[in-house]
Amino acid sequence: MVRINIDGKELQVPAQSTILEAAKNNDIFIPTLCHHPKLTPFGGCRLCLVEVKGFLKPVTACTTTVGEGMEVVTSSPEIEELRRLVLELILSDHPNDCMVCEKTGSCALQELAYMYGVREAEYAGERRNYETRDGNPFIERDLEKCILCGRCVKACDEIQGVEAIDFGYRGFRAKICTSYEEDLDCEFCGQCVAVCPTGALTGKLWKLKGRPGTTKEIDTVCPYCGIGCNITAHVKKNEIVRITSAEDTWNEGWLCVKGRFGYQFVSSPDRLVRPLIRTAPKSGMPSLGRKGIKWGEVFREASWEEALDLIASRIREIKETHGADALAGLSSARCTNEENYVFQKFMRAAVGTNNVDHCARL
Amino acid sequence: MTNSIPEIEGMEVIFIIGSNTKESHPVVANRMIKAHRRGAKIIVADPRRVPMVKFSEVFLKMRPGTDIALLNGMAHIIVKEGLLNGEFVREKTEGFDQWKKSVEEFTPERVEGITGVPKEDIVRAARLYGLSRKAGIFYTMGITQHTCGTDNVRAIANLVMLTGNIGRESTGVNPLRGQNNVQGSSDAACMPNVYPGYQKIDMPGIREKFEEAWGTALPPKPGLTATEMMDAAAEGRIRAMYIMGENPIITDPNMHHTIKALGSLDFLVVQDIFMIDTAELADVVLPAACSFEKDGTFANTERKVQRVRKAVEPPGEARDDMSILLEISKRLGYDMGHDTPEKVFQEYGRLWPAMAGITYRRLDGGGIQWPCPSGTHPGTRFLYKEGFPKGKAPFSSVAYCPPAEVTDEEYPFVLTTGRNLFQYHSGSMTRTVKSIEKHAGEPYVEINPLDAGRLGVRTGEMIKVASRRGEIEIRARLTKRVSEGTVFIPMHYREAAANVITNDALDPVVKIPEFKVCAVKIEAVR
Repeated sequence: MVRINIDGKELQVPAQSTILEAAKNNDIFIPTLCHHPKLTPFGGCRLCLVEVKGFLKPVTACTTTVGEGMEVVTSSPEIEELRRLVLELILSDHPNDCMVCEKTGSCALQELAYMYGVREAEYAGERRNYETRDGNPFIERDLEKCILCGRCVKACDEIQGVEAIDFGYRGFRAKICTSYEEDLDCEFCGQCVAVCPTGALTGKLWKLKGRPGTTKEIDTVCPYCGIGCNITAHVKKNEIVRITSAEDTWNEGWLCVKGRFGYQFVSSPDRLVRPLIRTAPKSGMPSLGRKGIKWGEVFREASWEEALDLIASRIREIKETHGADALAGLSSARCTNEENYVFQKFMRAAVGTNNVDHCARL
Repeated sequence: MTNSIPEIEGMEVIFIIGSNTKESHPVVANRMIKAHRRGAKIIVADPRRVPMVKFSEVFLKMRPGTDIALLNGMAHIIVKEGLLNGEFVREKTEGFDQWKKSVEEFTPERVEGITGVPKEDIVRAARLYGLSRKAGIFYTMGITQHTCGTDNVRAIANLVMLTGNIGRESTGVNPLRGQNNVQGSSDAACMPNVYPGYQKIDMPGIREKFEEAWGTALPPKPGLTATEMMDAAAEGRIRAMYIMGENPIITDPNMHHTIKALGSLDFLVVQDIFMIDTAELADVVLPAACSFEKDGTFANTERKVQRVRKAVEPPGEARDDMSILLEISKRLGYDMGHDTPEKVFQEYGRLWPAMAGITYRRLDGGGIQWPCPSGTHPGTRFLYKEGFPKGKAPFSSVAYCPPAEVTDEEYPFVLTTGRNLFQYHSGSMTRTVKSIEKHAGEPYVEINPLDAGRLGVRTGEMIKVASRRGEIEIRARLTKRVSEGTVFIPMHYREAAANVITNDALDPVVKIPEFKVCAVKIEAVR
């Protein structure tokens, strides 16, 4: 631990921490754009500039490690003027698109512009102009909104180990791109989307479906593999319009393509909506994807009462004729603990057989 | 898992065998990559050059079905070079001396001959794992889905006991569960031989305990496993089945056998969220709610119970699975005596001490890992801190035994199956997601370019893959991911279902089918 002083506050902080971490852990605010707590520091956006006694120039808080006796000033007229200048420069080449931007309400740039009262571009001039050409069905890239913070590059490399994107070109032409500027070909985990501070990277499926703040948010667990990532479902008009994961979950907000973008099955028009009872004789073969089968000619819709009565009477009949062990049940690893508990209790106590299993072997 | 997922970051050595972690458990792979950045050494053993190989120190590209030889070979080197953890072996295990003799024959030369892995690499892997006292093993179905699946796991256990790599933080054995609640379905005893909490049906006093709790007489004899049910159905011993949220036509081996089995039933109920392949053979199909449409809990691969919360209303008249079952149970004259998921969970906790301390209220503060015996217990991050529950753990000699079906002149290729990153299991969910279908909607077979060259097949061309059980036509994807002589087909695609071909030979102990190895022939479709 070392002793430092931030804005007149005497603090004891871990020796390896940066000024930014020390400040954050002690509820002292320093604005940032390129910093992300789960990624290595970059020092690119220059918003976290602070004054350190004895240093000739302001330093970036995110990349400067604390030292014994260090005295830090996080806010002064000079520092605030510098930050404002940085923001004005960024905004001078940023589309004034907040009205329809998916990120509005959760945009770090918008929030800082609000905080510093930066309304319009002070520095008119050339603007970046990129064609949208994206072949992938998951991630929308709007490079004109990119502030070159590099979070996406770091997430792709440090977290996902894929390195699908990097900084390309120099100076005004600098942009985040793939090798040879080809379409994104990656794992589509969307970690880059999750860490993007602006609307440069968003989910294709999200478009005009409802921005954060206008949706109901429900914390639950991903329905796919056995890892059990914590997710937040964003719901509007009884439809899931976005899946996110918070940074403070045990999975640190990281998800995979299925967890982040594979939620459309819930509102699929193919969902079963009424009980069905077979009317046609069994053909013995499933269609295996063959198109054009009219289910209305094979099953008829039935009320719950009728379907449940039929099931109960058939179970009773078969049990009486062949014994309870002529019945068997397969439960599901997709269902909850409670449903699985009830299923095996149903087979054992109501039907009377231990012929119950699920897909753990398959 | 004996460890927790965040503990991966602290591991020195990560040994991945029979797990395509980056595609099947991507967020676990994220932790492994993090550990790798901090200096952890990764060993990957797999018949395919899976994506995690990029981060590995040693890659053991083995022939499918040769895991026992490889694992015994590593144990052989660890014993011979004295890298074993003598103190752990003495104090925590038994049967070492006799077991030691069983690995003597697994010399690096012989193991190279069986597995196809250069002996230098086997030695390097054995030294890495053997010298570490903070190592984790990770495996999935690449280990278990073999006729020798149980022995594969035993061979892993031997390696773990030999080095004492268990029972500590960031040190252990970690099978990764493939489905969101496969841990929970097992915990809750949707298995033919146990009651909730792995309490054996035929142990004295156990059945009586559940008979008293559930207020009714219970059948004394253990039942059939899923794979045995299909055989029994085909033979007419099972006359009716109730299938909730499973699609065995796509997920069971030897599809034609599964279709015949389900087709011979007098009565089949399928309860699902879609008109899945299996539902097409049903007498009654019931519309169910998915996990975004109900409350409850899941248990993940690290034994962590987490709250599932209702986000949207189910479509149309679809109902959650629990209320459907309660209704039928009532009609059969048995009232289950609870009506909400929370009450069910409370009953579950009363009957299984390891779950007793977990409540919905506590879960609002985050997931809790069982065992959690009391309301103040924090849950258990890693297992066996205080030693093994049964005292000393026994070494078990494991003989190498080839797969049930090996290649011959007529069927010269080995087929292995699994998942890809984008689709999921039988595809009933992911294949309705337009963006996933657009990106990864077509079935394919991975084949080595040299094999393809010999057959005159170019990438994207249709080929016929046939086994003794069936054949499919499927597009070839030429890739060095697979070695010569091996092909891989993802299991997700009903229109070219891998399980038409796979072998339904079972492991004799746990009745798991050998999805990972069967013999096939391949020809170009002109």
